Amino acid sequence: MYAVNYHKPASIEDAVAAIGGAEEAKILAGGQTLLPTMKQHLAAPSDVVDVRGISGMTDIAVRGDTVTIGAAATHAAVAASSEVDTVCPALATLAAGIGDPAVRHMGTIGGSIANNDPAADYPAGLLGLGATIVTNQREIAADDFFTGMFTTALEDGEIITAVSVGKPDRAGYAKFRNPASRYAMVGVFVAQTGSGVRVAVTGAGEDGVFRHAGLEAALSSNWSSEAVDGVDVGSDGLMSDIHASADYRAHLIKVMAKRAAAAS
Amino acid sequence: MSEGIGAAVKRKEDKRFITGRGKYTDDIRMENQAYGAFVRSPHAHAEIKGIDTSAAEAMDGVIAVLNGKQLKDDAIGDIITGWAITSKDGNPMNVGAWNPMATARVRHVGEPVVIVIAESQAQARLAAEAVEVDYEELPAVAAATRALEDGAPLLHDNVPGNLIFDWEIGDEAAADAGLAGATHVTELDIVNNRLAPNAIEPRSAIAVYNDIDDHYTLYTTSQNPHVARLVLSAFYNIAPEHKLRVIAPDVGGGFGSKIYIYPEEITCLWASMKTGRSVKWTSDRSEAFMTDAHARDHVTKARMGFDADGKIVGLKVNTVANIGAYASLFATATPTYLYGTLLSGQYNIANVYCDVKAVHTNTVPVDAYRGAGRPEATYVMERLMETAAREMGMDPAELRRRNFITEFPHQTPVIMTYDAGDFHALLEKGQAAADIAGFAARKSEAASRGKLRGIGYSCYIEACGIAPSKAVGSLGAGVGLWESAEVRVNPVGTIEILTGSHAHGQGHETTFAQVVSDRFGLPMDNITIVHGDTDKVQMGMGTYGSRSGAVGMNAIVKAMDKVEAKVKKIAAHTLEASDDDIVIEDGEVKVAGTDKKMAWHEVGLAAYTAHNLPDGMEPGLKEGAFYDPTNFTFPSGTYICEVEVDPETGVVEVVQFTAADDFGTVINPMIVEGQVHGGVTQGIGQALLENVVYDEDGQLITGSYMDYCMPRADDVPSYVLEHSTTVAPSNPLGVKGCGEAGAIGSPPAVINAITDAIGNNNLTMPATPHKVWAAIQEVGLPQAAE
Repeated sequence: MYAVNYHKPASIEDAVAAIGGAEEAKILAGGQTLLPTMKQHLAAPSDVVDVRGISGMTDIAVRGDTVTIGAAATHAAVAASSEVDTVCPALATLAAGIGDPAVRHMGTIGGSIANNDPAADYPAGLLGLGATIVTNQREIAADDFFTGMFTTALEDGEIITAVSVGKPDRAGYAKFRNPASRYAMVGVFVAQTGSGVRVAVTGAGEDGVFRHAGLEAALSSNWSSEAVDGVDVGSDGLMSDIHASADYRAHLIKVMAKRAAAAS
Repeated sequence: MSEGIGAAVKRKEDKRFITGRGKYTDDIRMENQAYGAFVRSPHAHAEIKGIDTSAAEAMDGVIAVLNGKQLKDDAIGDIITGWAITSKDGNPMNVGAWNPMATARVRHVGEPVVIVIAESQAQARLAAEAVEVDYEELPAVAAATRALEDGAPLLHDNVPGNLIFDWEIGDEAAADAGLAGATHVTELDIVNNRLAPNAIEPRSAIAVYNDIDDHYTLYTTSQNPHVARLVLSAFYNIAPEHKLRVIAPDVGGGFGSKIYIYPEEITCLWASMKTGRSVKWTSDRSEAFMTDAHARDHVTKARMGFDADGKIVGLKVNTVANIGAYASLFATATPTYLYGTLLSGQYNIANVYCDVKAVHTNTVPVDAYRGAGRPEATYVMERLMETAAREMGMDPAELRRRNFITEFPHQTPVIMTYDAGDFHALLEKGQAAADIAGFAARKSEAASRGKLRGIGYSCYIEACGIAPSKAVGSLGAGVGLWESAEVRVNPVGTIEILTGSHAHGQGHETTFAQVVSDRFGLPMDNITIVHGDTDKVQMGMGTYGSRSGAVGMNAIVKAMDKVEAKVKKIAAHTLEASDDDIVIEDGEVKVAGTDKKMAWHEVGLAAYTAHNLPDGMEPGLKEGAFYDPTNFTFPSGTYICEVEVDPETGVVEVVQFTAADDFGTVINPMIVEGQVHGGVTQGIGQALLENVVYDEDGQLITGSYMDYCMPRADDVPSYVLEHSTTVAPSNPLGVKGCGEAGAIGSPPAVINAITDAIGNNNLTMPATPHKVWAAIQEVGLPQAAE
């Protein structure tokens, strides 16, 4: 790792100031991607700004049918949260299945979605649930937030403070782990929400997480395995690597969609 | 005796290991210690046009920036190949020269070009990034079969066609004739996938040069510190042996990868002399993937012929072995004398022929790794047997039974003389433990859950010890493969055992002490094992090839024979009896049939006070021995694997794995079980998960755990272990060795089980979900699961 300046501000204002004053700052939320990348000299920020000490950043609270999760809440905290369980147990289950215990006790929801790794779980959960991403500047709908592989709608210096999720009528998540990394090789989050059925796929798309219109239509008309069977999931736009071809990923999207629907 | 041979004593060494108080090379800090960082080739194949170190030299903390030409100018030798193989046309092998740091051309990604020495590791690594190497890229080749094609990129000027040797064993005409007369011939194309060793402790070295005495000390992660000293002295010209001490402290796993004396260790020694500083280098995991010797990587065509009764009448095997960019220490022995010699398996076959072409490619050098050649041979044999049984409509166990060797000694047509074994007993034990009779019910129960259940066998035999020296010497080995030991009885009767074997996870501090405890009836706590330091231990050949038990422990036995003879003489003299009437039991030295006795420590004291020794006897009680076996040892076993396949995804779960092994005498059954657990898990890793992948240009795709898949606890079941024992006749303890068997026997059992489950034999290792799913798509779902 190159030498780097470390900041741990107690407020958003201080964080913004630290970012603004740096040559090239990176926000450190859990460090599960950033730190290994820095160790390998693949990232070389001048400063890291650790947002975990900001007041309120780890809070999880329910208001009405909506749970708001602080951006620095760890995966383990989300997995164990009765608030999250009340509103959307599928999201708690998703969090409980990320990485391994060490990752779950360091990694955070804000860090995960800001990074938008194409094989991460949370992007599927939040896109599938139609969540709202809250920053220090605005609120962004999940549909607008995830803009491509490792890219988001976040502006430079914009800090995610929380994520809000409304209670779905039903939701489920199923993932097929990459045997080596155990990231999602294909993960499918299905949800029936007030605004309709949403199906989000991670791990498979060349542009990162995406919604699948065919699966949404099928599950809207009939929430069942049989409905998924009838959907043509093509391999266009899917990743192909040493672990899985695009065809195999396309096949797994259907299998995981069925399992997610069954788990809901 | 609760601590003697056969007792499941808990490991003495584990207290320090599991409380984090082991002392590994990287834990050691020398005064005046500096750090080395290597500049490595990013290209698979390139000419070095120039090296600009000026920016690096100007950086903070940098002490020196040194390159391969300087190293060569100081007469540091090229890295050697330790086993000379002769091609079938009588010509010696051709191997490319291997400079410790590349001087003119790089031949694999990760090859070292420059070392930077700096005050801190961070400074060394930063400066290494500032070294500018001007490369002119050359076409590269990673696959061995492609490297043999006309027009393939050539790696070394002295190796035409990239062919190191074309070796054969057995009688080709006889094998052809056997196959021509067969009523059934089974033919398979087999790939044995390339593996990366992944010891939990990465390689590390600290080189300490003392200019006052012109003396070097090397702390390093070695399985054989004496061999390291020998090679560093005799071939790399670091220093004569008396001016070079090699210490291998606690070492966290080797599996073969820490046998070899690598470029980094040589370079650190030389750099220590150049800079006058102690130089430490510790590999990170990324470096390990591109520098630790890889393993396996065979492409094989095999044909096995049978008569109408299912008797094997001929076997012909043609293998292309990928050796990598350079021929590492045992790289040439592994695909030849550790492979072709095991192609008779457990079977009575008159006609076996094997041809092996060894090939240079632009990949990390390949060398011996847990099993070394025997896993490749077993995979060929046991895939053939299972496939043949299915093709002929026979029970795979019955086909094996019909061909088992039953009389010993048995001379195979491929050099080996098997001296003991009971293959029928192993198969029966394995079948009983695996509940073969209940398989059909388990299969149909699995089908009711939508799973495809399959079963596969593997009946392996392997060869351990890699000795006698005279025999391996006649086959081209550059060293003798004996072992040495010294038994020091102190004046108070406690014992230090100095051994040339080296422990890096095996538990020698426990098992070796058990052998001594058993012999003299002393508590294990009175016995200490000393190893891993060339200044303490006289000489040794180290630990690999499951040889610490079969060779190392028997050297201790030989030294104990001498101690016992002297103890008896002293006791006979003191107790006024004949030597022949003295017995040693429970820590006492007695005159048989009387109440006359001495305590063990009284004899020790008598030896050192020397007040009353027999006339002419030297004082002291310390004896040494060198033990050179008369034969290899031959562990064998039957492994039975059951898998369940999810036909929707291709995911394979190993639901039951039964291992019935014959390791000869077992010193500590708990440690042996641990070895089988580890070995089988590595074998399941090869069968299902692990694979080194290069792209066509020689770039390493699987350079981290994001892509290289190691077995985890939840990938394997609880194993069912059985033993059936025939003692090894060639050594006094009767031990055969157990360190590698699990990794040797298990891969074919796993693949045979999967191919049984899915009804498609067209499947290569590792059987990833993707491949298994594709194999199911190829033939459609088996009837029972639809």
